[in-house]
Amino acid sequence: MIEFVNLHKSFGQQRVLNGINLTIPQGEITAIIGQSGSGKSVLIKHLVALIRPDSGQVLVDGAELGQLHGKALDLVREKFGVLFQGGALFDSMTLFDNVAFPLREKTRLAEAEIATRAIQRLEAVGLADMGHKYPAELSGGMKKRAALARALVQDPAIILFDEPTTGLDPILLNSIHRLILDAHKRFGFTAVVVSHEIPEIFDIAQTVALLHDGVIVECGSPEVIMTSANPVVRQFITGGGHGPIRPGPGSRSSSP
Amino acid sequence: MTSPLEAVGRVALAQVQGMGRMTIFLGSACFWACLPPLKLRRIVRQIHFIGVKSVSVILLTALFTGMVLGLQGYYTLRKFGSEALLGTAVALSLIRELGPVMAALMVTARAGSATAAEIGIMRITEQIDALTAMAVNPMKYLVVPRVIAGVIAVPLLTAIFDVVGIYGGYLVGVKLLGISSGTYFSEMRNAVEMSDINGGFLKSLSFGIIVTWVCTYKGYYTGHGAEGVVKSTTEAVVLSSVLVLVWDYFMTSLLF
Repeated sequence: MIEFVNLHKSFGQQRVLNGINLTIPQGEITAIIGQSGSGKSVLIKHLVALIRPDSGQVLVDGAELGQLHGKALDLVREKFGVLFQGGALFDSMTLFDNVAFPLREKTRLAEAEIATRAIQRLEAVGLADMGHKYPAELSGGMKKRAALARALVQDPAIILFDEPTTGLDPILLNSIHRLILDAHKRFGFTAVVVSHEIPEIFDIAQTVALLHDGVIVECGSPEVIMTSANPVVRQFITGGGHGPIRPGPGSRSSSP
Repeated sequence: MTSPLEAVGRVALAQVQGMGRMTIFLGSACFWACLPPLKLRRIVRQIHFIGVKSVSVILLTALFTGMVLGLQGYYTLRKFGSEALLGTAVALSLIRELGPVMAALMVTARAGSATAAEIGIMRITEQIDALTAMAVNPMKYLVVPRVIAGVIAVPLLTAIFDVVGIYGGYLVGVKLLGISSGTYFSEMRNAVEMSDINGGFLKSLSFGIIVTWVCTYKGYYTGHGAEGVVKSTTEAVVLSSVLVLVWDYFMTSLLF
């Protein structure tokens, strides 16, 4: 189980997270929604200690990440697979090598076993015949799928999806969402999906948390979020121009 | 409005902070280089990139450097009736100074800039974050092989530079200007001592560290976007070149 306890993070004068309290249920897909620039990516980067909190705690299966360093931290990181916003595929490697990379670096598996597993994951995301290509030769959607294959290859217990569908057309968006859902059913991992794809994200998430003004404004099932009376939630899911949310990245509420 | 004194202080503090961070970066690279496992294949790949791929530019610059030395040396020595010392002048200039310095500058221009740009692009496209999230130490994966490769490749390139440069001086002095071949080499053999060669070797060893250290550091701490990569690449080349020349002065004053 993942837990954020009173998490605060600022960059210089800019306060991004202002007391996050959130529990992410094990084995479910949790979506974190919010405006662009509201700190969603910053929040999930705390889970693999890419960013350290100013104060507060990040708990993964009871281990507090702030207290961990070196090998102890690596052991927690190995529970995660991460799909970064731009894919973060290594552009000097082919797709196959990208997917095989975590196995080559972190396991003692034989090359034949590594190849089998890498090909299986590429097949799972529909890129079985693309293993020889380099990331620069792929479309945006293919890169996201390849990054998903790499995130899946070590069978992690938790996968973080940082805006997996940003910049994709609606058809590709739905296909990536289906892929996440299928992979979740097949491998049973805990998923944390950062997104602002409303209402599509409600189709795959079991829990949705809305991040605004550096705090979790509301958290619950998609039905709870969709029927919420909270004006911030209402405005965000309807996309209305009038309300407590001011347009623009990282904006603050107009009401206290 | 800040006072000029405050502005100077801020710049000075930033410089001291930068130097401290660079020193810690080098210390960290040395620490990780001492810890197993060292992936030999990765080091060999970097030796190929820094060393083998620089051979052509080293051959070309060495030949012309030697030829210019031969030409200038001949006209200068002729004023004192000492043309016979041309071989000595060319060899000592190359072995003690020009070989190590020019080879290091050529490696900076060809491989150092590429290293800074490659690591910088990896930083801005979250590839370094992806390594960290996979519990792969980016320092060990990206920096250590390059520094070790620099320490091996730069002295070897310097040796090639010295030999080809001496041959360039021979072409001009013996084939073009008519000094006897025996005089060119016998005077050289009498004057050049093992301490000269050792000094040049030590210089090239330290230049190998300086170039790879500065270039990987600048790439590793690249700012945002394409502009950040451009800035870090430029800074890497300028700082490495300046440091090579400054360090060369101190090495010369200590060694010879």
